[in-house]
Amino acid sequence: MNPLPQIFQDWFAGRGWAPRAHQLNVLLHVGRGDSVLLISPTGGGKTLAGFLPSLVELSETHARNGIHTLYVSPLKALAIDIARNLETPVREMSLPISIETRTGDTPHSKRKRQREKPPDILITTPEQISLLIADPGAAHMLCHLKSIILDELHSLVTSKRGVLLSLALARVQSFAPTARRIGLSATVADPEALQSWLAPAGERPVPLVLGNAGAQPNIRILKSVDRVPWSGHSARYSIPEVYEAIGNAKMTLVFVNTRSQAEMVFQALWEANEDHLPIALHHGSLDVGQRRKVENAMAAGKLRAVVCTSTLDLGIDWGEVDLVIHLGAPKGSSRLLQRIGRSNHRLDAPSEALLVPSNRFEVLECEAALQAAKENAQDTEYPAVLKLDVLAQHVLGRACAGPFDADVLFAEVTTAWTYRNLTRADFDTVMDYVATGGYALRSYEKYAKLKRRPDGLWRLTHPLIAQQYRLNMGTIVEAEMLKVRMASVKRRLGKRVVIGGRSLGELEEWFLSQLSIGDTFLFAGEVLRFEGLDEFGALASKAFGQDPMIPSYQGGKFPLSTYLAARVREILGSPQRWCALPAQVREWLAAQARKSVVPKAHQMLVETFPRAEKHYLVCYPFEGRLALQTLGMLLTRRLERWGAKPLGFTASEYALVIWTVSDLSLMISADKLSLAHLFDEDMLGDDLEAWLASSNLMKRTFRNAAIIAGLIERRWPGKEKTGRQVTVNSDLIYDVLRSHQPDHILLRAAWDDAADGLIDVHRLGAMLKRIKGQIVHRALEAVSPLAVPVLLEIARESIYGKAYDALLAEAAGHLTSEAMGLV
Amino acid sequence: MPFSPKPPVTLPPRPWGLSREHRIRLGGLELVPDLSGALFAPDLKSLLVADLHLEKASNMAKRGVHLPPYDTRATLALLEAVIAHALPERLIFLGDSFHDDDARERMDGADLAKLRKVTEHTETIWITGNHDPRPPSDIGGRIASEVALGDITLRHEPSQLADGKFEIAGHLHPGATVSQRGKRIRCKCLIGNGQRLVMPAFGSFTGALSISSEPFRKIFAANDFHVWMLGDRAIYRFPAKRVS
Repeated sequence: MNPLPQIFQDWFAGRGWAPRAHQLNVLLHVGRGDSVLLISPTGGGKTLAGFLPSLVELSETHARNGIHTLYVSPLKALAIDIARNLETPVREMSLPISIETRTGDTPHSKRKRQREKPPDILITTPEQISLLIADPGAAHMLCHLKSIILDELHSLVTSKRGVLLSLALARVQSFAPTARRIGLSATVADPEALQSWLAPAGERPVPLVLGNAGAQPNIRILKSVDRVPWSGHSARYSIPEVYEAIGNAKMTLVFVNTRSQAEMVFQALWEANEDHLPIALHHGSLDVGQRRKVENAMAAGKLRAVVCTSTLDLGIDWGEVDLVIHLGAPKGSSRLLQRIGRSNHRLDAPSEALLVPSNRFEVLECEAALQAAKENAQDTEYPAVLKLDVLAQHVLGRACAGPFDADVLFAEVTTAWTYRNLTRADFDTVMDYVATGGYALRSYEKYAKLKRRPDGLWRLTHPLIAQQYRLNMGTIVEAEMLKVRMASVKRRLGKRVVIGGRSLGELEEWFLSQLSIGDTFLFAGEVLRFEGLDEFGALASKAFGQDPMIPSYQGGKFPLSTYLAARVREILGSPQRWCALPAQVREWLAAQARKSVVPKAHQMLVETFPRAEKHYLVCYPFEGRLALQTLGMLLTRRLERWGAKPLGFTASEYALVIWTVSDLSLMISADKLSLAHLFDEDMLGDDLEAWLASSNLMKRTFRNAAIIAGLIERRWPGKEKTGRQVTVNSDLIYDVLRSHQPDHILLRAAWDDAADGLIDVHRLGAMLKRIKGQIVHRALEAVSPLAVPVLLEIARESIYGKAYDALLAEAAGHLTSEAMGLV
Repeated sequence: MPFSPKPPVTLPPRPWGLSREHRIRLGGLELVPDLSGALFAPDLKSLLVADLHLEKASNMAKRGVHLPPYDTRATLALLEAVIAHALPERLIFLGDSFHDDDARERMDGADLAKLRKVTEHTETIWITGNHDPRPPSDIGGRIASEVALGDITLRHEPSQLADGKFEIAGHLHPGATVSQRGKRIRCKCLIGNGQRLVMPAFGSFTGALSISSEPFRKIFAANDFHVWMLGDRAIYRFPAKRVS
């Protein structure tokens, strides 16, 4: 039975289309009153599948009283495009349906009108849903809601944005209990997690509809004629071949992992660009206007290639892309499949992709990713759950909408799958935090933001708090960014005058604050000369004929996924599979087998050897840079305690190297050092605690949690300009809080984030468990072939730990030498 | 990994200790900087401390920003530690000791008792500042707008100094940045030029203002001053051209 009304069938037929099976399947589920998760690759008519049930319903009923359908996408920039695409069928079938968008850019007058006369379909972002429900008039707009469409759900659920959205949806459903949820997602590792995410806690996961898988992608690894470098991430060696591939394709997307890499590759391609191909650059810190220009040029087919970062991972197609090149290893199988999916949006034709490893280990990683992609194996992250800082933000938003009962709110919050395990005690702690800061020293009762009135309901104490909430809400905490503007430098009366011009984009403040006037760096596709800071941000001019200093600003650096890491270990541990690898990599591994040993997949190799009057320990856990950095911190503490006198360490995605004064091989053979002991899981106890106490890492996650929970405000009404001076530095707050109330809820939230993210303790813990009893040790005369790449990284690494004082002492020392005429 | 907080520690939030290497000479007086940002004059057994900003957090709480209400006790813990180490006979606060006129009313009883104990044991002078033009009169010590220490005048805000005059001031919260191996290290500092010294802010919630900003350019000629930067373990001295 075709659930589609005749007018829709005619419309499909008129375009020469037939409705796809998954589109009809979604309709059937919705007809039964179900929510549903649709998983389908890009290009499968996924968005239309989400909207079809709403279009059908709206074509049949004519009651106009509130929003019928909410469409939520993580990408603000997409709202207009989605609305435009949806207008087409509505217009062509003459359906009486109004469609509007609402994003951060929507003017106040339009919001007001939407409140008075809501559209049938509202296209918006997660943050806007939270703002909507914080409005006292939310019930009026939402009580007739029938459908909530959640696009790119796979990407939303892994972040705090998704966690906040899940709370907002619990609230939305208290107004419209029968509204269905339609989740639209790319392929994920664990669909059931998403099915559960969509359903109210305690209920059965929503049913799953699968779209057609589409044709197998055609993935190749660049077989370079030149030698693949031992280490580094620039992939500069491959530029001529990459350029040639671009020349042979109609339109190429060149994905890289970091913004600085994007700048470097773009620069290199232009140097090679003898045919003057139109090649553009697209990454997150470029000016929005510039990014839109590139997207429009792509859509119009005016470009041959775009060098981009994860900014182009999501979204609708901007053009006829027929080739995806991935420079550097993709770090995860799902990420690779997503990016490949950006090419060739017709499902029947295979996508074309070229992987370019930037060093030898990445050859293994690309090989692992290619095999995983062939099997369509996914390694997406599990949804984020139970973030206390996000809950605090939601509670304040709830108070902005009007008086509330804490019991009712607790019941509502725990209907969200993400908060199903929230305890009442934690909820009350969060309530207390929002009201008065949650301090044991109860001195803020008179300055409370929320107060419980005699009627038992909680109320805001001042309307200004709601205004502040609206300015500061959201979970995306950026590093402090400064605008970069083009500057012209003039001399007036012998004085240097810098005049700011057009905006180029934004850069991290910490990066800009390292620059001195005259330093050159790569940004926005140009070599720029730093000209100083003014009250609006940084100023820079074009640096003609100068080389840039190495760009060191980061952005979008992903660690190697656990899944790919396991596959890399498997390839390494099975010599019969090396035949797929390039000759030079095979030779490298064969040399390793001769001079040391190539570990089996379940083993971890530890090598010790002397070199240039120092002694080295190299281990190869393949667990990503973050986890290995934490391991390095903890191992050096332990080696220090056991008298090995460690001097420093460096971690790569694959290996960790520690260098010491003492002869480690000797210590091990004399039983003075036990590797099993050294790598024991107990390092995650006191050693971890002691390190974190003295580390700056926790301060970073604390700042994020403090901002999301509203302790530190990003913006103040009417005070945006003075911005950073309004609040106390979060590091100072952290220090004081840690010594006076170490169990404070924000310290818990910060720890939770760090354990998952920056210090990756969970992954480290799993790895230590895995290698128990599986450590293979080789005491060598000299560095092994496998160790060379990580040893080469040492030079480019920074110093850790007590580095600040060491550097200050060094700076002061140099100076003394200068003054004494020793230099 | 479970979250396992350690019990609260009452240690001061910043390290302290008189410098063993550095002696600052000003107006014929020898001054020893302390890692905490205080300044000790051994000859006069006087300890100078600037910009405590007690009860800054509770001041911000009035407008709904609930910073940890422990800044006062953290600051006082550091002060006690410095006093126990330097053993001064006289204690001089260079103004902005209290963040606002009502700060004393908001102080916790335990903190107040702690502060009173300090002023009972050591002769104390409260120099007035722009934040505390009227420091509380019931916590011991006397109040002054300026204090002479040998040939040096102690005051809150730096003044237009005539030749042959010397001063030590606070108010500006100096901080400096030094570059080494491509890293920028920023910390609180003392800044001085032989005629004038400006002390860093001592309070636990006080920040720092770059010594290359306008207020410092007004009172220190370019390239004609030194800074003493407060590291975690020691104090480091740099000439003007080395810092920003």
